[in-house]
Amino acid sequence: MRSIGLALGLLAVVPAFAGTPNGILEGYRAAGAATVSAPRGEQLFTSRHGSDWSCSSCHTGNPLARGRHATTGKDIAPLAPAANAERFTDPARVEKWFRRNCNDVLGRACSVQEKADVLAYLMSLR
Amino acid sequence: MTNSHRRLAFDLTVWAVSLCAGIVLIAHEAMADGHRYRADNARWKAECGSCHLAYPPQLLPAPAWRSIMAGLDKHFGTDASLDPAAAAEIGTFLQNNAGSSRRVGAQSLRITETAWFRHEHDEVPGAAWQRPSIKSAANCAACHRTAEEGDFRERNIRIPR
Repeated sequence: MRSIGLALGLLAVVPAFAGTPNGILEGYRAAGAATVSAPRGEQLFTSRHGSDWSCSSCHTGNPLARGRHATTGKDIAPLAPAANAERFTDPARVEKWFRRNCNDVLGRACSVQEKADVLAYLMSLR
Repeated sequence: MTNSHRRLAFDLTVWAVSLCAGIVLIAHEAMADGHRYRADNARWKAECGSCHLAYPPQLLPAPAWRSIMAGLDKHFGTDASLDPAAAAEIGTFLQNNAGSSRRVGAQSLRITETAWFRHEHDEVPGAAWQRPSIKSAANCAACHRTAEEGDFRERNIRIPR
């Protein structure tokens, strides 16, 4: 029930803040990520969490650089907003990729807190 | 033969030659189509194309595409799930443009394991697929330089060292 409540809360909050990384981060704060931590986000981004992949397996340890899909070899545009202005500007797209990639790396959905931390980490990169 | 008759014979010859050349060109183009895929859909290109080349629908038969679309949450080891509207549109596009089971072979959901793919690539040495510049048989564009445009013709192939 709690997660359904959170999801509904996110749906209600995200559209109002659509369009920028800051807006999306504010959406996460409003949905319960009170204290956001870039170092915690970096930790999550670079750890394997007991599986074969980390986020950096495809996005590399430097999300300002171009990445490469770990299986297909397909080129991936930089993930950090400072290197790629298109990133974190479309909330539906952001949720789609968090849904898929958290499932691949952690074997479960990411919490609002985890998404906020990862986004804060990516926004801290210059 | 009068001048006007000569002129008529000449004109007819020119027409006949042009017509034959046209037919040959069209036939050639139609055969080349075996390696050119023109079906297009913006959502298919954007969604399927974000992790790998948006593989042409003609490369698998309709039942294989149905299975793939039914299991996107476990798509060859990754979660590639889509929202229902995107899944429906892409699924329909793939069904409508799918290849024939007889031509492609229906044994596998992996294009690279179909009899057709193996036959087409039988002259590529096994070690070539492992090169860092290629990395995977899924990476069509490594050698098929114009694959993004659906053009897999022989003349546009360059196998990187």
